[in-house]
Amino acid sequence: MKEKLKYERPIITKINAGVTDKFGMRAKMPVISEIDGIPVKELINKYGSPSFILSEQTIRKTYNDAKRAFTTRYPNVQFAWSYKTNYMNAVCKIFHSEGSWAEVVSGFEYDKAISNGVPGNKIIFNGPDKSKEDLQKATNNGSYIHIDHFDELYDLLSIAETSEKRPKVAIRVNMDTGIFPQWDRFGFNYENGEAWNALNRIMMSKKLDLIGLHTHIGTYMMTPAPYGVAASKLAELAVRLERKFNHKIKYIDMGGGFASKNTLKGAYLPGKDTCPTFDQYAEAISNALINSELDPNEMPTLFLETGRALIDDAGYITGSVLANKRLADGRRSMIIDTGVNMLFTSFWYEHEIYPAKEVSSHSEDTTIYGPLCMNIDVIRSVIKFPLLQKGDHYVIKRIGAYNMTQWMQFITLRPKIILVDPEGKTHIIRENETNESLTSLEVIPEHLK
Amino acid sequence: MKLKKNIAVSETGFLFDPNSGESFSLNETGKKILQFLKEEKSENQISEWFVKNYEVDQATFENNFNDFITVLQNFRITE
Amino acid sequence: MKPKYTIAVTGLNNTDNPGPGVPVIRALREAKEFDVRIIGLAYENLEPGIYMENTADKVYQIPYPSTGSDELMQRIEYINSKEDIDVLIPNFDAELFTFMMSERKLKEMGIQTFLPTIKQFEERHKSELPEYGKKYGLDIPFSKAITNLSDINNIQYEFEYPVLVKGKFYDAYLAYNPAQVTEFFNKISVKWGVPVIIQQFIRGTEVNVVALGDGKGNTIGVVPMRKQYITDKGKAWGGITLGDENLIKITKNLIEKTKWRGGMELEIIKTHTDKYYIIEINPRIPAWVYLAVGAGQNIPEALVKLALGEKPEAFKSYDIGKMFIRYSYDLIGDISQFEKLSLTGEL
Repeated sequence: MKEKLKYERPIITKINAGVTDKFGMRAKMPVISEIDGIPVKELINKYGSPSFILSEQTIRKTYNDAKRAFTTRYPNVQFAWSYKTNYMNAVCKIFHSEGSWAEVVSGFEYDKAISNGVPGNKIIFNGPDKSKEDLQKATNNGSYIHIDHFDELYDLLSIAETSEKRPKVAIRVNMDTGIFPQWDRFGFNYENGEAWNALNRIMMSKKLDLIGLHTHIGTYMMTPAPYGVAASKLAELAVRLERKFNHKIKYIDMGGGFASKNTLKGAYLPGKDTCPTFDQYAEAISNALINSELDPNEMPTLFLETGRALIDDAGYITGSVLANKRLADGRRSMIIDTGVNMLFTSFWYEHEIYPAKEVSSHSEDTTIYGPLCMNIDVIRSVIKFPLLQKGDHYVIKRIGAYNMTQWMQFITLRPKIILVDPEGKTHIIRENETNESLTSLEVIPEHLK
Repeated sequence: MKLKKNIAVSETGFLFDPNSGESFSLNETGKKILQFLKEEKSENQISEWFVKNYEVDQATFENNFNDFITVLQNFRITE
Repeated sequence: MKPKYTIAVTGLNNTDNPGPGVPVIRALREAKEFDVRIIGLAYENLEPGIYMENTADKVYQIPYPSTGSDELMQRIEYINSKEDIDVLIPNFDAELFTFMMSERKLKEMGIQTFLPTIKQFEERHKSELPEYGKKYGLDIPFSKAITNLSDINNIQYEFEYPVLVKGKFYDAYLAYNPAQVTEFFNKISVKWGVPVIIQQFIRGTEVNVVALGDGKGNTIGVVPMRKQYITDKGKAWGGITLGDENLIKITKNLIEKTKWRGGMELEIIKTHTDKYYIIEINPRIPAWVYLAVGAGQNIPEALVKLALGEKPEAFKSYDIGKMFIRYSYDLIGDISQFEKLSLTGEL
């Protein structure tokens, strides 16, 4: 019998004469058929569809790229893993094994860091929500407490009265770095003198060890220059402290906010072309610190809490097409088994989604929907996408940041998270939810039983 | 299902509709179906031919075929 | 014998809002010191330059920069494998960034460009102009990028009405009082986002300059022009070369201080008291460049020489009072050409 021909769904597309078509000429869509050498098909067969896949190799490589960018420009650099970006214990442990401290923003995250084996004096405690108990614990453990507001400062002063240990503190400073929007809800303002006032009160109290200065100027910063402005302003505060109190701080913490290579909605050029590299951020920050009036013989350690840019590239979702559908106006829609409940970041990114097997250069304008029975469940509102059939596999790229912490259990159960280790072995690092695991937290009142 | 009379498809899969002035492009399978429609083959004949010659089962093909016809109707290429 | 270069050119959209591609090609075909084979690079299948005679020897479609620089460079690599391109001249604002960041990759393929540096490109953005003026000692009308309406009150003593309220990329309205500023701010910020730029309105005559810098501070070519008639899209319909020495001085000064590399167009307002304010700097050759060629300065030819590492001599003069008048013309094509381009991406 003669060999059958490769089949592709029949399509006809209109050629728009001359009209500006944002997508330009047909370019054959790349294919992601394997992740770190493991076929997508194999991953789905073994772990189900959909599932989250993390590449340990990529995490380590990205971390070392970032580290190299900073350590080649500045004498002492320390990264602290931003727990909220991805606090799967396996992920945290990879970063800790590379030398990262922990950066946490709640009592829950704090305890997680401790149980991951991070010593108390290698935990940075940020955020506006720290209970008195949290502060007491952090004080006892010698953690670095970054004060967000005056109420917290007074809590710490009262803790210091009765504690054997002196709280180790820094303040978070917000400021105008020439960007919009200016983040002014966290920490103390630089321009109106509030930050300097807070520093004076800390120094005058003589009850707290002021060891650092912290800022976090924004999120998804597409230009490195504002980091330079921010670093100069913190350096200026450090110099003033030294002049007035003869007190040297130990570190300057520049926070995070580095963009990954995802494309924000509404952007014309793709993120992989426009987002700054680690080298560019490092250049802006190091130059500002080195050119400041800080004592060159005793430069403070530079802390970095970047999360997104370190983990986004390492994450993938592998899944399957549930159905193809023609909408009332003739547009094609494709329903996949990943919804916004799992892929929270699809609210602000145009996520890159690729077929998992070879396709032809033909494609159709497609709306990609998630599986939820909810109108907002849209993964891509318009994308030129190849002609996948029901059951075909896809891969969504660059989803390592925030999705595994901001996801929610809604309508469906959350799937497994798989880690591919550097030897190419796969490990389940979080099991999929079951009806049982979810309802185990529920309690039925007697009268409804 | 009948195509409009003066519709012609070139070897390259380019379709020009002289009635509307619109141009379209087709993939291999789309082109083949249009040729069959031009020869006034029935849906069953077309489906049979595809299942015999391509790596596709009947249910999948018929589903795709119906979708394709909807698009042709949308573009007013059929009578 | 004259050498023959293969030159790829974008911007073949010679429509009522024309790109510079066709005039650049025309200039290159008239180059004195070399012959050319022109490869047209088109984004859309009805760009007139694709179908015009004696324009491109061969046309290829390329993907929009929004698809990503990797995709664009892959396509260029393919085209280069067929055509062996010597020089590439991009002509669209929206594509410049992508070509600038791909400069090294192009060079590795053996394709030369002569573009501004990313720094030069970034620092002359509309919202950065006042800083730019300060840095290089240029007269820029007072302007401020504001991100919310309360900022208007904070700067009310820094300027006098009327002011121009401008969008980040496009749109400009003239406002005579705070109420109008508020109205236009809302209108623009909805469409183009913030910041919105408040710029002092300068009364005077708008003049334009096309120039070419060698990247070392030297001005290779400079021709000033005044638009005589503009279309409802604000594009020149006719223009005439001017003999104003001050415009040349300002341009040479700017190129010297910024070490400008590549083509540029300056938009300048000349007041009735003979002050010159720069209102915009476009980092590429303008669509009216052929007027400069007609007046004696073949700026595209000189740009190609710079790209090839030669040191062209600076033009010393140009004809004053040379005019250009744009016209439209219906050329006849066939559906088969359209078919070929649409399906194969080549013509």
